[in-house]
Amino acid sequence: MTKRTNWIVPTFYIFFLMLPIYWLINMSFKTTNEILGAFTLWPQEFTFDNYIKIFTDPTWYTGYLNSLTYVGLNTVISVSVALPAAYAFSRYRFLGDKHLFFWLLTNRMAPPAVFALPFFQLYSAFNLFDTHIAVALAHCLFNIPLAVWILEGFMSGVPKELDETAYIDGYSFSRFFVKIFIPTIAAGIGVAAFFCFMFSWVELLLAKTLTSVAAKPIAAVMTRTASTSGYELGLLAAAGTLTIVPGAFVIYFVRNYIAKGFAMGRV
Amino acid sequence: MNKTVNQKAWFFVIPVVVLVAFNAVIPLMTVVNYSVQETFGNNEFFWSGLDWFKQILHSDRFHQALRRQLIFTFTILAIEIPLGIAIALTMPRKGPWVSVCLVLMALPLLIPWNVVGAMWNIFALPKIGFMGHVLNSMGFDFNFTRQPGDAWFTLILMDVWHWTSLVVLLAYAGLVSIPDAYYQAARIDGAKPFAIFRYIQLPKMKRVLTIAVLLRLMDSFMIYTEPFVLTGGGPGNSTTLLSIDLVKIALGQFDLGPAAAMSLIYFLIVLLLSWLFYTLMMRGEEE
Amino acid sequence: MAKITLDNLRHSYMENPQSAEDFALKQIDVEWDDGGAYALLGPSGCGKTTLLNLISGLLKPSHGRVLFDDVDVTDQQPDQRNIAQVFQFPVIYDTMSVYDNLAFPLRNHGVDKVEIDKKVHEIAEMLELTDRLKTRASGLTADGKQKISLGRGLVRSDVNVIMFDEPLTVIDPHLKWQLRSKLKELHEQIHRTMIYVTHDQTEALTFADQVVVMDEGVVVQIGTPIDLFERPKHIFVGHFIGSPGMNVLACDIDNGKVRVGGEVIEVANADGFNANGCEVVVGVRPEFVSFVDKGGIEVDVTSVADTGRHRVVAVKKDDLELKLLLDEEDELPEGKSRIAFDADKTRIYADGWLVEQEGNK
Repeated sequence: MTKRTNWIVPTFYIFFLMLPIYWLINMSFKTTNEILGAFTLWPQEFTFDNYIKIFTDPTWYTGYLNSLTYVGLNTVISVSVALPAAYAFSRYRFLGDKHLFFWLLTNRMAPPAVFALPFFQLYSAFNLFDTHIAVALAHCLFNIPLAVWILEGFMSGVPKELDETAYIDGYSFSRFFVKIFIPTIAAGIGVAAFFCFMFSWVELLLAKTLTSVAAKPIAAVMTRTASTSGYELGLLAAAGTLTIVPGAFVIYFVRNYIAKGFAMGRV
Repeated sequence: MNKTVNQKAWFFVIPVVVLVAFNAVIPLMTVVNYSVQETFGNNEFFWSGLDWFKQILHSDRFHQALRRQLIFTFTILAIEIPLGIAIALTMPRKGPWVSVCLVLMALPLLIPWNVVGAMWNIFALPKIGFMGHVLNSMGFDFNFTRQPGDAWFTLILMDVWHWTSLVVLLAYAGLVSIPDAYYQAARIDGAKPFAIFRYIQLPKMKRVLTIAVLLRLMDSFMIYTEPFVLTGGGPGNSTTLLSIDLVKIALGQFDLGPAAAMSLIYFLIVLLLSWLFYTLMMRGEEE
Repeated sequence: MAKITLDNLRHSYMENPQSAEDFALKQIDVEWDDGGAYALLGPSGCGKTTLLNLISGLLKPSHGRVLFDDVDVTDQQPDQRNIAQVFQFPVIYDTMSVYDNLAFPLRNHGVDKVEIDKKVHEIAEMLELTDRLKTRASGLTADGKQKISLGRGLVRSDVNVIMFDEPLTVIDPHLKWQLRSKLKELHEQIHRTMIYVTHDQTEALTFADQVVVMDEGVVVQIGTPIDLFERPKHIFVGHFIGSPGMNVLACDIDNGKVRVGGEVIEVANADGFNANGCEVVVGVRPEFVSFVDKGGIEVDVTSVADTGRHRVVAVKKDDLELKLLLDEEDELPEGKSRIAFDADKTRIYADGWLVEQEGNK
């Protein structure tokens, strides 16, 4: 089980994961001349020009803020509606429960590429086009099923006796749910929120379709910046590097939650 | 767990149903609506019945895209699932290295998809990209923008890079949930490492691996942004997967009818594959 | 089959244990005779499971040696030691049939097919599992699964010792008794050394010939169930075994005279005892306290609890509080009453340990 040579496999894998990321960062500090001129493993003429160019453009801040706003909204909506539903699935049997669960999961199979146009029409019809809430709601399509599924797993691991004891102790349902149940599955909520954040943050097709100016996501700003200034790889690399940063931060802060969630074995 | 029958539980589920239905049912109806109509622009629509479906099911273009899609999906499943299990098995179980591994491995999952495509484009460029440069200097004639084989190689490698971690995380979660007593009993019974894997670890990972395969299956059918940014479906049509083809038809040529019909067909294919796999995996459980 | 010797065993889960508290096991010297039925009894967290894992080889001790038949096995792996262990939660190989589960250890040891088949059927017969051999093990109930775990230990003819780590935790109460008598019966049939870990005194006392009582990483007493009951070596044993536990009473000692509640009482082991600054108490079981007409200590009855066979009476005099047992047919005295202790069964304890005396041994 615990062979001495085990560490080699994850190490190589992580090395493989880091290589393209390193290359991106490496490129972002190079001048265009150097990128096109010669193959170098690290920047010979180290430059911040690409980053300066990006940060002097105000659309960048708003891009960041837009992305974080709709991602945050989506995470909150997804988790808070998924909580009672997951509780129902884990504790009760009701008419059509199995079919409903499967139907929820099938929504992850709907290709966004197909849905892009209908989504545009739908949200335009409700006058929600180019708002944060539109993207947040649209992302619910695939995040709610996921959140329900993850939370259901965690809740099934909590013995039913906990609920019963609380009722005997005179707790009302809502008080029990908020005061006792939610803290018990805090790790599960953390894991579910993480996955919602992740899928909402990385999705671009719907986010781009549903926004034009006011709620434009950072990744879309990046494509535009890169394309309007021609084929400038250094700038593209710098922009790409910057979009990795928030994700890296989030993982770093939730790492213990995730590890704990895994320890509960209910992911 | 014994669940009580309680129809009031529906009240808990209603918010989820409403939100998801809003996003799923209305657009789906729109798509169905398009799929049975013909338009000549100007918002004029004519009933065309199942013509689009017949036309697509008999078109070479669809067959080729579907074939490419199936090859892609099964290739990445064949690589990512065993690789993910192998990495999860060799990951440390406790100590500070656990979170280091988790953080670094989860990183690709949190990169916006178009950035993943752009990153691999830069990484694989023949002269100035690391991978392209190294392969060429080793004597391979590598150019993913010109040669279909190289484009496929890059595409698959990118997907393995992007998504194997998801399999690793799920498999790892399954592994750490196995109580120590199982390993202890196996040691006492004198089980060899392979027997431990075959009779303890694999059965206990079955649930999470089912999920991993399902997620990868569904998501690989939906994949659009990354290959679009990486290769744009080319060279030629060699890496045009279903979604890319769809968008080409729907937005490029503005043929909403065929695009809608095609997307329904392909939605049904994913549904069928997922359902088959799911029932197959769950049949053992019910015994 | 083997005699097992634990020689000067200490274990800590820390890398560099500093003080005594860092040790899960402080000092263990025990000899387990071949073919004995032992129980290892103690409260949760006293080091029972650690001790078990040291014997099975799942853990390597920080200090000391483990010997099987005087052969040092400290450095051997569990599979080399030929032991079997039944865990708290049933461990079965879900995907295998009951038959394959039982055959698994034999297959791993390369036993030939005919022999495996014979052995498996023999053990299945013993455990009343014959009619389920073909079914999948995951479909069985908890007690069925626990039988399989046990069966995997029994199939191997070379097993030195079978260890049970609180094996009845997940079993329904009405089946517990059945499974326990099955164990006892099996022990009589096959005469293997068995070590049964539990925190439940009833389980320990009914199963074992010898009970090893542990507390806070040390063995407090080893003895037959009767020894433990009548001659607890430590107030912990007195407390832990018996229901209600032993009365532990504050006392004054001067010149070999023991005073409890102001009255001089007779005890079995106080002759020539010198306290030397130790904290001394008197221990007497409720079974050995009785109401008397005269003499003894005058007390008030504070409460009575009926347990069915007898009544537990709590009495009080100032700070002195104790319990005694009264048979159903005996009458409960009204108001002020007097109690006395059975002198042979009343002993003094210094710093918790029984005061040993030549004459009493």
